[in-house]
Amino acid sequence: MTPTIAILLIITFVLSTVGLLLLIWSIANNQFSHGQAAARTIFSPGEEGHSEDPARPADEPFTGNTIEQAEAIEARWTADQSSRTAVLTWLSSSVFWLLLGSFFGLASSIKMHLPEFLTASEFLTFGRIRPVHLNAVTYGWASMAGIGVALFLIPRLFKTSLVGGKYAVIGGFIWNIGLVLGLSAITLGLSDGEEWLEFPWQIDLLFVVGGAMCAAPLLLTAANRNVEHLYVTSWYLMAALVWFPILFLIANLPFAFPGASGATVNWWFAHNVLGLWVTPIGIGIAYYMIPKILGKPIISYQLSLIGFWSLALFYSQVGIHHLIGGPIPTWLVTLSIVHSVMMSIPVITVAINHHGTMMGNFGRLKDSPTLRFVWIGALMYTVASLQGSMEALRSINVITHFTHYTVAHAHLGMYAFLSFILFGAVYFIMPRLTNWEWPWRKLISLHFWLVSIGILIYVVSLTVAGWKQGVALLDAAMPFMDIVKMTLPALQARTLGGALMTLGHLVFAFHFIAMLMRQGAATEQPTLFRPAVKENAQ
Amino acid sequence: MKRALAIMVGAALILLLATLTLVVMPYLQMSAEQVPPDLKPYTEQQQRGRQVYIANGCVYCHSQQPRDPSFAPGDKARGWGRPSVPGDYAYDEPHLLGTMRTGPDLFNIGARQPSIDWQLMHLYNPRAIIKGSIMPSYPFLFRHVDEPVEGDKVVNIPPPYGPESGTIVATEDALALAEYMLALDHTYPAPTLPKRPPKSDEPKENRAP
Ligand code: HEM
Ligand code: HEM
Repeated sequence: MTPTIAILLIITFVLSTVGLLLLIWSIANNQFSHGQAAARTIFSPGEEGHSEDPARPADEPFTGNTIEQAEAIEARWTADQSSRTAVLTWLSSSVFWLLLGSFFGLASSIKMHLPEFLTASEFLTFGRIRPVHLNAVTYGWASMAGIGVALFLIPRLFKTSLVGGKYAVIGGFIWNIGLVLGLSAITLGLSDGEEWLEFPWQIDLLFVVGGAMCAAPLLLTAANRNVEHLYVTSWYLMAALVWFPILFLIANLPFAFPGASGATVNWWFAHNVLGLWVTPIGIGIAYYMIPKILGKPIISYQLSLIGFWSLALFYSQVGIHHLIGGPIPTWLVTLSIVHSVMMSIPVITVAINHHGTMMGNFGRLKDSPTLRFVWIGALMYTVASLQGSMEALRSINVITHFTHYTVAHAHLGMYAFLSFILFGAVYFIMPRLTNWEWPWRKLISLHFWLVSIGILIYVVSLTVAGWKQGVALLDAAMPFMDIVKMTLPALQARTLGGALMTLGHLVFAFHFIAMLMRQGAATEQPTLFRPAVKENAQ
Repeated sequence: MKRALAIMVGAALILLLATLTLVVMPYLQMSAEQVPPDLKPYTEQQQRGRQVYIANGCVYCHSQQPRDPSFAPGDKARGWGRPSVPGDYAYDEPHLLGTMRTGPDLFNIGARQPSIDWQLMHLYNPRAIIKGSIMPSYPFLFRHVDEPVEGDKVVNIPPPYGPESGTIVATEDALALAEYMLALDHTYPAPTLPKRPPKSDEPKENRAP
């Protein structure tokens, strides 16, 4: 290690730590001076203690006891309606990409134990449909659903109407065009060749523009806000929308980073997509949904701020744990491992808040579909992250690095954490936007059980098989082909789990479309303004 | 608005710090690294083969980065080669390090399987050579002809994996890919390796079998 780099390195680490200490000090001294009051901004006046859960059967929604309270609820309804077109554009697109991505995932999975499945055409070879799967679910499903939910939450969090929603709609179209072009390019064999960055860089520009067009309404709405406190969800959403365009731009700078340094940029980017893009969106949504459905503020607002800034400081430096043992400087790997372990700080603070708020309310999981999806997602965030911190240690990573264990961890994070939270959010949002109720609540249950059992099979089988694979790979006495045979049952189990998940997605998509078309025997009035209660409201 | 801006600027600054440590500094250090004198640049055909490797996503199952035996003993013991160093990748754009070993590491496949016929046969149908392999076959990289003409590279496929009649010949893409496989031979000594702490006591191996 050259001395200058060592010094720079120490400086950055000291900077991170000092930053964190400063933050803790200022929060402890109430420099931010909002404390628990800020935690209550998500409620309308008088709403605390009442649950808001549009997807729950036969629930009397809170519509206010006094005129003032009723007006606040009505204002929120107006805020919801203001984001309608934008949110529906992004959410509907995301559901489409989820279905497409699932079929490609399932086909990839089948190919791994039936290698002669669909080999005749170059367009369907494993090495093309697998990146189509990854890009469709990451940039199509997770990102588009995440932005859709963010667009819904922004006016609610700022208690005002969405300003500039039409930019977000145009942005959605551009983003979709980018996906169509990018996925076609991969299918045609025009991939850029790096994982998570397969789209040709020319096409990537569309995502930068599309994403920036969503940041515009965010900024405009923030400038227009009617709340004194910025609730923690808005911190996460604002930061994510700032980070993503920067990341995407730097990582795609064509031809800037050759050879081994290209690998560091590749994984710096890939982990930032996870850590600074989809994770803050997922955590932010959970920070809104859990207290809202319980009708009770999160237990510690201070902690949530520490969680946010420590996530920013530590997550941004973990990328190189994807290259442990690789041909890159040791100091760099160590830096990322240290930060990976430090990640337990934000993870634990978020866990205390999410699960601590749930304490005493677990009974609600039975009847609230949103809460069930969101809380299980939040729990899986804790699990996947703590698993990740362990996985980054050299002694564990030497075993798991090149195996199916990583794939299991990837789905625990992207699916059991992120996708579950997104499912829950969609169940919450759609009734508010369409003023229509979910027509068949049994389908929500069916969706839940299909995907839960599916992902359970997926993660457990690959975790076990991946670990055994990793241990065997280290011991050259075991021939390579014997290891392949050993993993086959798990790869078949993955196809079973994946098929259940895909079925669940079909149910979800069907229900979503029914909702858009206002199918089923729903009440004539928007759920929030049933005639009986409407009298109070006037 | 001030607080909202503060959050966003703070977030951007932190990312910049991370970019400095994870992007700029490694780049400065690694681009100054010595290129091993025995490393040959790719020929045009090998480069084309590399593009076929990228287009068909071989990287999703194969890594190209043997680890240090003192860290992960299996890699070298399986004949995958000495630990790779940044200089080995001087001509690689984009990098193809890979993160999966659903199949074996390919950093030295050219040394391990130096026959182009082996490579072509294996690409046409891996199971023709390795029983139980789960690698897909790549029939679309080959042509099925009745009679090969002058200049065709004929690939002899053992029954029952070949066609019932006629002959299989390799396309330009298949030949380029096979040539790229043969070019993956990093058995030369790496000048930067001995500078590491001398923990591996065994003599440096130069040629894999
Ligand atoms: C503290 C938090 C976390 C840490 C320290 C962490 C650490 C790791 C490590 C060490 C790997 C394995 C790299 C390898 O051996 O190749 C990995 C892979 C991965 N992680 Fe995490 N993880 C964390 C949380 C998450 C979360 C929350 C998600 C999902 C949103 C996630 C998604 C993934 C994915 C998708 C991969 C596979 C990447 C690839 O190979 O393409 N991780 N993580
Ligand atoms: C519908 C069921 C699904 C199936 C059957 C499935 C299957 C697969 C398969 C076979 C792979 C390739 C693994 C390999 O190369 O060894 C993969 C990779 C991946 N999938 Fe899925 N998947 C599904 C759903 C999802 C969803 C919904 C997401 C994200 C929201 C997702 C995120 C990923 C990621 C991030 C990777 C890369 C993992 C890595 O590089 O380590 N998958 N999936």
